[in-house]
Amino acid sequence: MLVLALDTATPTLLAGLARWSPGREPEVLAERAVPSGTRHAELLTPAIRGVLADAGVALADVGAVVTGLGPGPFTGLRVGVVTAAAIADARGLPVVGVCSLDAVGSGARTVVTDARRKELYWATYTADGARADGPGVVRPEAAELTGPFVGDPAFAERLGAPVSAAEVTTAGLLRAAAPQLADPALFDGSAPPAPLVPLYLRRPDATPPTSFKPVTTT
Amino acid sequence: MTEPLVLGFETSCDETGVGLVRGHTLLSDALATSMAEHERFGGVVPEIASRAHLEAMVPTVHRALAEAGVQASDVDAVAVTAGPGLTGALLVGLAAAKAYALALDVPLYGVNHLAAHVAVDELQHGPLAEPSIAMLVSGGHSSLLLVPDLAREVVPLGRTIDDAAGEAFDKVARVLGMPFPGGPPIDRAAREGDGAAIAFPRGLTGPRDAPYDFSFSGLKTAVARWVEARSRAGEPVPVADVAASFQEAVADVLTAKAVRACRDHGVDHLVLGGGVAANSRLRALAEERCAAAGIVLRVPSPRLCTDNGAMVAALGSRLVAAGVAPSAPELGADSSLPIDVVGV
Ligand SMILES: [Zn+2]
Repeated sequence: MLVLALDTATPTLLAGLARWSPGREPEVLAERAVPSGTRHAELLTPAIRGVLADAGVALADVGAVVTGLGPGPFTGLRVGVVTAAAIADARGLPVVGVCSLDAVGSGARTVVTDARRKELYWATYTADGARADGPGVVRPEAAELTGPFVGDPAFAERLGAPVSAAEVTTAGLLRAAAPQLADPALFDGSAPPAPLVPLYLRRPDATPPTSFKPVTTT
Repeated sequence: MTEPLVLGFETSCDETGVGLVRGHTLLSDALATSMAEHERFGGVVPEIASRAHLEAMVPTVHRALAEAGVQASDVDAVAVTAGPGLTGALLVGLAAAKAYALALDVPLYGVNHLAAHVAVDELQHGPLAEPSIAMLVSGGHSSLLLVPDLAREVVPLGRTIDDAAGEAFDKVARVLGMPFPGGPPIDRAAREGDGAAIAFPRGLTGPRDAPYDFSFSGLKTAVARWVEARSRAGEPVPVADVAASFQEAVADVLTAKAVRACRDHGVDHLVLGGGVAANSRLRALAEERCAAAGIVLRVPSPRLCTDNGAMVAALGSRLVAAGVAPSAPELGADSSLPIDVVGV
């Protein structure tokens, strides 16, 4: 089965196309990692067209969509999630959401990515790749995390330990989605698809005013 | 041959709107709103609105398709609000629209939210007379436009230099202890009041003022001062009279400037749009003054005046019919998209 994989949880957007079958390593046919900063919405659909063209397949050949649900900066994160939801809906495909950190690196590790506001997103994994703890958001100085660290090397100094550079990959997203992709209920319509809810980890910035000042004194 | 079926997306503020239009025919207008979640904040919180757009997107598309009795595969073109609006909110609709266009293999049209407010009237009253003057008043915008060709040319004549008209309603409502958004409760209260009871100021109506620009900040402050003075004196605040007199001042300035714009430009059609166009006094006074000036007034139903997906589909439909080129694949959102850019 061909799977389209998307992620916009970090400043590098990812679109990938892979062949997936149960119990096997995904075979990545095409992948584009675009350093798009805050331009995910502009560049994601062109990147999807790009990987389809690179692999020489049509969207009609794709059997499922996998998307990273973050954690990541909210505005960019939503672009990938809504894109995955809309493509899956328009083509009548199942869509699987996974924690984006699960798709960074492999084996025993602590994944760290930039959460802005001087904080990082983190999750820890056991040797077999299963998530042991997280995802969470924390200031590096306050984090009680142990390495080896992978993800955003910019945090090495503040963590006091090396961070080997790694980003979200197509293979990583498919590995993280494997249990769901292997579930026949995803395809036979017996279970309604779970809505894709981003891993925000933070409440919206909005403090209700405690009292209204008279308009003329402001 | 039947006209193209256009799917429109609107997410510039707190309404998730998805509409379907064929030619000038409104097929469906599905709406989800996060307004209730913003009420306690006294204004729209962008992050809350953006989260709600994402949650509502696919279900709202399904409702729009079901109401119209069509399949996604029947869609011939997709249109989306590219701006102006709240960036985070715009991006959810933009990304969704780009994805549907890609997956359905149809062209995508990024359009201007303000021009879409004008286009929506075609769904109710047929093709727009061109040129028309359009006045768009809502919580986010207050603009006076000359519209020679809705698909290609919209000329800004004036706009608010401070608060949007709808913001003034929200702030005055707050002063009067009414809920957010302020438009409906003020309109209701004003029905029991006398619009001539208090002479509130009419901003920017002096002989040397910009003839088509608006200012509502001074009016809002004047209302607040008047109410505070009453309260300090220990006198009861005549809420209905304050609401009616405030509303009268807004409606008076807006209609006077709109009629003047028509006269000055030799245009005999005026279109109103935006949430404040749902205000009953504004509609009544506009009818009165347009009738006296020989101007044909077009006001969409209140439901179509406020933000919705059908208005975006209506403008998209107009662009398709006019043969305007679709948007580039790298289409993005622009929170301050200039009004003279109709299609992006
Ligand atoms: Zn609007």
